[in-house]
Amino acid sequence: MQPFGTLKGFGVTFKHIFKQPITQQYPEYKRPVYPRFRGRHRLHKHANGLEKCVGCSLCAAACPSDCIRVVAAENTPEHRVSAGERYARIYEINLSRCIFCGYCELACPFDAITLGNEFELSEYSRDDLIYTKDMLLAEPIKRIPVQDADLYDTPIPAYKSSS
Amino acid sequence: MSWLVVGSGSSGEPWWISLIKAVIVINLVLFGFAYLTLIERKVMGRMQLRYGPNRVGPFGTLQPIADLVKLIRKESFFPAAAIDVLYILGPFLAAFTAMTTFSVIPWGPGWTIGGYEVTGYVADVPIALLLIFAIGSLGIYGFIIGGWASDSKFALLGSMRTCAQLVSYEVSLALSVLGVVIMAKSLSLVDIVAAQGADIWYVIPQIVGFGIFILAGTAETARAPFDLPEAEQELVAGYHTEYGGMRFGLYSMSEYINLITLSGLAVTLFLGGWHGPWLPGPVWFVIKLAVILFVFIWMRTTLPRLRYDQLMRFGWKVLLPLATVNAVVTAILVVWI
Repeated sequence: MQPFGTLKGFGVTFKHIFKQPITQQYPEYKRPVYPRFRGRHRLHKHANGLEKCVGCSLCAAACPSDCIRVVAAENTPEHRVSAGERYARIYEINLSRCIFCGYCELACPFDAITLGNEFELSEYSRDDLIYTKDMLLAEPIKRIPVQDADLYDTPIPAYKSSS
Repeated sequence: MSWLVVGSGSSGEPWWISLIKAVIVINLVLFGFAYLTLIERKVMGRMQLRYGPNRVGPFGTLQPIADLVKLIRKESFFPAAAIDVLYILGPFLAAFTAMTTFSVIPWGPGWTIGGYEVTGYVADVPIALLLIFAIGSLGIYGFIIGGWASDSKFALLGSMRTCAQLVSYEVSLALSVLGVVIMAKSLSLVDIVAAQGADIWYVIPQIVGFGIFILAGTAETARAPFDLPEAEQELVAGYHTEYGGMRFGLYSMSEYINLITLSGLAVTLFLGGWHGPWLPGPVWFVIKLAVILFVFIWMRTTLPRLRYDQLMRFGWKVLLPLATVNAVVTAILVVWI
């Protein structure tokens, strides 16, 4: 049966010419990421405009690749940045080292840092990959499509709210 | 030495027409090579449910030019232990011999343009078929020299395999053509095409020879499933492992032009050359050429690579006896009928 098997193979390859390719054309079509996908970090603010981060450096301590740098300073009544006693004067994440493990998110006692969905983080220079506090606090410019949360998010209700 | 004179003396064609035709044909062949790479990638992509290259230009049509610019702009690096003269000579030899052979393949009936008679071939050599095989054998030196001179174990193994495979399959290739030569009673490709125009396409009486020719030709041009000389998974890239930039480009070019020449030879010997109804000769030639090239691409997508012992067994124990029997039977039938 060897020659017939080979001929059948030729038939299969020929048939596939007329099928629609399954390639997802990336820059035009962005595949929706899952709701709990770990992308670039974001720093958050309270509703009253104060930063949630109090400069405790627990994220920097938790970071396995040592890519977070926090320099704290005291809040004063004239210059109040965060809700706590201190605030992060410098908050930098070196995204060329970050492994997107999410430990900083877990370590943070105030939910000040979370991992967002943005994954297009290419730059022409390594220096541009060091994200400063202003960049992390700003609303992300790029819109990343996210999969339907009801379909793809965790089935555990307690986790759903924090994802 | 009269058989060596390039350009048909009988047609009374001035030498400069031959020159112009040679320039046109060589550029068309190079253009064909460039777009064959694109078409191959496209067709293979579609067969594997991919798109193939579609970024450079509309539908990726400028991809070969982008590839060429990339290859030319690359550094021509040089292994420290390589033998310099031979290392540089290898790709040139391969490319030169590949481009030479297309000159004897006829692609049209000939026309009268502005009072001059223009023939449909660059050179009508009475022993065109022998010339093609001889130059093809010389082309193997390009691969062997390149692989040996680059002083790398992968390149050396690759060129050894190339050498063994090409020498083995050349025998079957030449013998498979013998049936056609006996039937046309000529070694000139122009005469063979003319005989097919008067008679029938030799693919019908010589179907066995055609099959052997295509299979041995696949091995001869080192394409899948006979691509052992450059088996990526075991030999990195075979004889051109140490080559980069346009030197690698020349090797790649010579491989593809060899494929085009071989397909042209298959069209000329078995499929009636440029003969065909309604359309002009060169169009028919290109259509048949495209069909044969598609078969080669199709085969590459479908079949997995052979093992080395399978390759040698297939060449010596299957193809060679078949080709011999085919030639002998053809000779007997031609003499008796």
